[in-house]
Amino acid sequence: MSSTLHRRDVVGALLAQRGDTLVVAGLGSTAWDCTAAGDSPLTFPLWGAMGTAAMVGLGLAIAQPARRVLVITGDGEMLMGLGSLATIGVQAPRNLAIAVIDNERYGETGMQATHTAHGVDLAAVAIGCRFASACIVREAKELDAARASLLSGEGPTLVQFKVIAEKLALVLPPHDGVALKERFRRALLGATAAG
Amino acid sequence: MANPDWPREIYDALKRAGVGVVGYVPDGGHKRLIELCLADSELRCVVLSTEEEGIGLAAGAWLGGMRCALLMQSSGVGNCINVLGMTHECRFPLLVLVTMRGEPGEFNPWQVPMGQATRAVLESMSVAVHRVTGATEIAAGVAAAAARAHSENSAQAVLIAQQVIGIKSFQEQAAQ
Repeated sequence: MSSTLHRRDVVGALLAQRGDTLVVAGLGSTAWDCTAAGDSPLTFPLWGAMGTAAMVGLGLAIAQPARRVLVITGDGEMLMGLGSLATIGVQAPRNLAIAVIDNERYGETGMQATHTAHGVDLAAVAIGCRFASACIVREAKELDAARASLLSGEGPTLVQFKVIAEKLALVLPPHDGVALKERFRRALLGATAAG
Repeated sequence: MANPDWPREIYDALKRAGVGVVGYVPDGGHKRLIELCLADSELRCVVLSTEEEGIGLAAGAWLGGMRCALLMQSSGVGNCINVLGMTHECRFPLLVLVTMRGEPGEFNPWQVPMGQATRAVLESMSVAVHRVTGATEIAAGVAAAAARAHSENSAQAVLIAQQVIGIKSFQEQAAQ
């Protein structure tokens, strides 16, 4: 069943009501999507380390148990870190949510099909890894409930958004890793947070 | 062995260094240290399905204001190589304690290639490497590496020589 969702509408809808949510963006299109929705010091976009976004989210969720942590990443990136879903399921952080923006393509390398194009179900994997909840979203009418689950439902939770495979204008976040780290820590931990 | 309780000394050094999260893929050489960490309700212990997850875990913990240490066997170091690029580019502090395999006396030849490449792999990704060969020097080495990681925002690895751990066959480990 083909999707009618546009990825930037989904990410824009998630981030419009983020409040003080801490956001980790997986490399590539999801980092551009998060920047298109409005850059923030409390968004940490990855420019590499493919497969690691969910684990950065777990570390952050452990360190900041009173804050919501939302990982927004792509299907190819999540597939590369599939084992991290098991690691997260065992840790069971109640404040961690993962949004997979699933266009069934490797968007930055020529739109080659990922495993999800062949029916691999990341939400089912998450449930199998003991997530508190997980589902696939294909329609706009499901967005409000998905957003509520990601921003305030019991974690760990994962929503796999089936989106249209489309090439969009690049909206790039800053790429200086030290600057991204330092702005995040200052915004979260205060002006005295070094490093 | 002159100092049979070096795992407790490492544990004490990690506590003094303010480590709050310990990520690990189990290894026989780290068995006692892992048990000490698990017994400490103030330490968050995270079992990893592959070592590279730990690099992300440590980065996220630091973004959130917590210090992390990673425990792994030398065979797992190779699993980390690409994601160590993030550690370097962002200058995330990183402390990795590596129990060595593949050194003289190793009974499993398949452990040898990665064991021999461990230092080169780490150094090629700008991780400072400190190899300790005696049980009495391990805790001081860990303390120094932790201090450097957090004062310089740098990546530090302590390699614990196989002779310290003792060369054990599967049969000997199973009998423990």
